[in-house]
Amino acid sequence: MSAHALILAGADADRGWRLRDYAARGGYESLRRIVAEKTSPDAIIAELKASGLRGRGGAGFPTGLKWSFMPRAFPGDKYLVCNSDEGEPGTFKDRDILRYNPHAVIEGMIVGAWVMGCTRGYNYIHGEIFEIYRRFEEALEEARAAGLLGPNILGSDFSFELFAHHGYGAYVCGEETALLESLEGKKGQPRFKPPFPASYGLYGKPTTINNTETFASVPFILKMGGEAFLGLGKPNNGGSKIFSVSGHVNRPGNYELNLGTPFPELLEMAGGVRDGRKLKAVIPGGSSSPVLPADVIMDCTLDFDAIGKAGSMLGSGAVIVMDETACMVRALERLSYFYHEESCGQCTPCREGTGWLYRVVRRIEEGLGRPDDLDLLRSVAGNIAGRTICALGDAAAGPVQSFIKHFTDEFIYHIEYRKCLVPLAVQDAGNQINASRPC
Amino acid sequence: MLSQESLQQIDREIAKYPPGRKQSAIMSALRIAQVEKGWLPKDVIEFVAAYLGMPPMAAYEVATFYNMYDLEPIGRHKITVCTNLPCALSGGVHVAEYLKRRLGIGFNETTPDGRFTLKEGECMGACGDAPVLLHNNHHMCSFMTMDKIDSLLAELESQ
Ligand SMILES: Cc1cc2nc3c(=O)[nH]c(=O)nc-3n(C[C@H](O)[C@H](O)[C@H](O)COP(=O)(O)O)c2cc1C
Ligand code: SF4
Ligand code: FES
Repeated sequence: MSAHALILAGADADRGWRLRDYAARGGYESLRRIVAEKTSPDAIIAELKASGLRGRGGAGFPTGLKWSFMPRAFPGDKYLVCNSDEGEPGTFKDRDILRYNPHAVIEGMIVGAWVMGCTRGYNYIHGEIFEIYRRFEEALEEARAAGLLGPNILGSDFSFELFAHHGYGAYVCGEETALLESLEGKKGQPRFKPPFPASYGLYGKPTTINNTETFASVPFILKMGGEAFLGLGKPNNGGSKIFSVSGHVNRPGNYELNLGTPFPELLEMAGGVRDGRKLKAVIPGGSSSPVLPADVIMDCTLDFDAIGKAGSMLGSGAVIVMDETACMVRALERLSYFYHEESCGQCTPCREGTGWLYRVVRRIEEGLGRPDDLDLLRSVAGNIAGRTICALGDAAAGPVQSFIKHFTDEFIYHIEYRKCLVPLAVQDAGNQINASRPC
Repeated sequence: MLSQESLQQIDREIAKYPPGRKQSAIMSALRIAQVEKGWLPKDVIEFVAAYLGMPPMAAYEVATFYNMYDLEPIGRHKITVCTNLPCALSGGVHVAEYLKRRLGIGFNETTPDGRFTLKEGECMGACGDAPVLLHNNHHMCSFMTMDKIDSLLAELESQ
């Protein structure tokens, strides 16, 4: 069985999120041990490196290495920031982590503060999940009341303050430097890098930013040991990971699996393709990751390296499933609209390019495509990628390039016959409300 | 300009940030002001800016950058439907069409009685619950169906 619930263990109802429940599951034991034994930061970093934990926010950067970049001896304030601004279409795992196991995130952040010498932290939570923001604030109150947060944690001389901050509707704030700008009370426009946040972060001070799931994994790694965590997955791809499955499946939802699990197993857990239809394509790591045709993804295992080799990215682990009723031109039109809407407008290639991409895909979808439109799309996408301040530009170009590459025939059909290859009535039937979903 | 209660809430937000970093509370402060006033008129934004000791221009920039702030009067109930790809694959567009028919308005429009405003939203990070919609920014309604929309509208109409 490759299912391995650590973070989401027992998290199937709106019970069990409070501090006493988390403690009953062994929560805060790692922190208590570290504080009692005065475990050295280097030992914890070594454990994280041994675990093979890679960032769960999209880029998959090794967490132990990231934590080692912080100038621990830097005098003055250092900050720790959790990125819960989950807005990448298809991704909904951090919401469930915060909903069902907020204290795992809090414990992971306190350990991070211990390791990196941070005095203050913020969890930046997506504005649309305001009810979850409220719950996280309650969880913080519980932790403060129990002496786990604030001055002199658990009677030691270690102090750390942690607060929640909410977004209010801007996808780009998920990008770490835009998030810092937003935390400073400005519009969320990404900063040039370098300098990286570890040297110039929040309020210009050394800062480390990790994803919610990354922090939530830390207590479990310290409890089971880095080697054991690594053993759940495969080399260079340690541990378990939460996959958010959406689209044309019978049971959409979050599934926590060991990295390296074959994709067909995940598909089966999610109840298979909806109503027994045929799989067409899967976007394996959130809307910014290149789409893969059915035959390619069915041969993949779910880990950073295998999905990368297949030409896409594990990204945030958001698996968007499309069956034979999906029109790929329409799907791409929806995504292109999103990136155009969410571009912050700072860089010309992204601001102008995302608008072009959207308008050209839309005209193909509307039956007004021109013979050289595919070349135009390739050229515009190629001119965005790699020429922008942040990776939103690449994220906008990637879907266009991969959809055209794998589904060329469908785009050509649209341009030649001025309509969808998949009849509209079939699409409409396929996109209905899922009758067999859990709730 | 704002009620005592709103100001107290804003003060609690300010306390989250280091001394001299009041501006960090602007997003919360605008949210709190919007909940009280229904939307964000210019003078309210200016008041909030002054309260936080920041230039009014910097507060406008924030209010215009983030989608969930309303810079024009809207209906008493704002309904934002997600039509991004994962939701669209599972009835998001159908639900939006149904709402348009039921309310007799399109996106970014308000019913003549001033009760409802309909908006199209981007991914809310809840795609597994598709179709999803937000009521007045802060309440998420998951796994929507036409029946559930009917009861939601009936409930809101009776308020
Ligand atoms: C446009 C854009 C949106 C992003 N959105 C998110 C997000 O919602 N959540 C997240 O954790 N990381 C997001 N990232 C990645 C962050 O910049 C950053 O790499 C990540 O938070 C680091 O955490 P990790 O090392 O734990 O993965 C985004 C990046 C870009 C370019
Ligand atoms: S790439 Fe796009 S979103 Fe990123 S900074 Fe440039 S304009 Fe803004
Ligand atoms: S696509 Fe609708 S919530 Fe994500």
